[in-house]
Amino acid sequence: MILGLEFPPISHVTNWPEFALENSDYFGINKVVLIYGFAVLFTFLIFILGNKKQLVPTGAQNLAEISVEFIEDGIVMETIGPKGVKYTPLLMSFFFFVFFCNIFEIVPFIQMPATARIALPMFLALFAYVVYHGSGFIEHGPIGYIKHALIVPDVPIAMHLLLVPIEFVSKFLVQPFSHAVRLFANLLAGHILLVTFATLSSALWAKNAGLLILPLPAAAVVAFTAFELMVSFLQAYVFTLLAGVYIGAAISHEH
Amino acid sequence: MSLSVLAQEAAASGITDKGIAALTYGLGAIGPGIGIGYLVGQSVQAMARQPEAAGMVRTTMFLGIAFVEALALIGFVVFFLAQ
Repeated sequence: MILGLEFPPISHVTNWPEFALENSDYFGINKVVLIYGFAVLFTFLIFILGNKKQLVPTGAQNLAEISVEFIEDGIVMETIGPKGVKYTPLLMSFFFFVFFCNIFEIVPFIQMPATARIALPMFLALFAYVVYHGSGFIEHGPIGYIKHALIVPDVPIAMHLLLVPIEFVSKFLVQPFSHAVRLFANLLAGHILLVTFATLSSALWAKNAGLLILPLPAAAVVAFTAFELMVSFLQAYVFTLLAGVYIGAAISHEH
Repeated sequence: MSLSVLAQEAAASGITDKGIAALTYGLGAIGPGIGIGYLVGQSVQAMARQPEAAGMVRTTMFLGIAFVEALALIGFVVFFLAQ
């Protein structure tokens, strides 16, 4: 209850009833699963449409080529370097999958970001975790990689007592957690923001109370929808960028 | 003033756990707020001084924002866990 208006509790904002296979223990299909499906489909579409190899690209091929260029020049080259080109498809699917999951936040009649449930960000962050530590192991060998990850060069010997535990906790425990929570919390916050102003508008409309103050929350819904469009792009970019940074840190040779 | 005194005070004046959670999130958002403001301000200055380096500065800026923002967002999650 804020200002005499009923706000839905947080569990009502992100939990959805299942509409198929309700009685199964493991395979219920609800709105969020549907969004995963759409996002996978659209991500595949980008890859398939970009697969045409016309010399002069048209339409969808244009979009696909621009996005490959964006991922390769903007993320891969900046964070991993020229030897990271083989990670471009992975990072591109990260970017588009996360972006499509996010963008359903503002698609009318769906209006739920799939990334506002911790399951998806956590899975993606753990997937990235396996990829970057795995490529580090392959690049440096098991012993070499542990040494590369934990030991900070050019510090006095005694400092290692302090630095090795810190590096271990931050690289192997906190890093995937913050990678997942960053995406999750941003989208959850955005979703709650939109829900709050939408509830406020509809309550004011129903009470027929404030035709004078109704335009304010209604305009805020519109403005925040535009803001969330930017956020969903930016968070997909940041998630991909961080995956790139972590891969780059794992396979770099210079200290 | 000890914590128990604060808790008694809170109980007497009708401050709820939810209110304290909200207040604490507000406190936790101060640091990242200052951090992001400083970071973006410096980045804008760097871009204005050296427009040809704008792309590089922008990537690094988003990276820095992501790291600073994590603190505020962890606070946001803790807010929901605490209430």
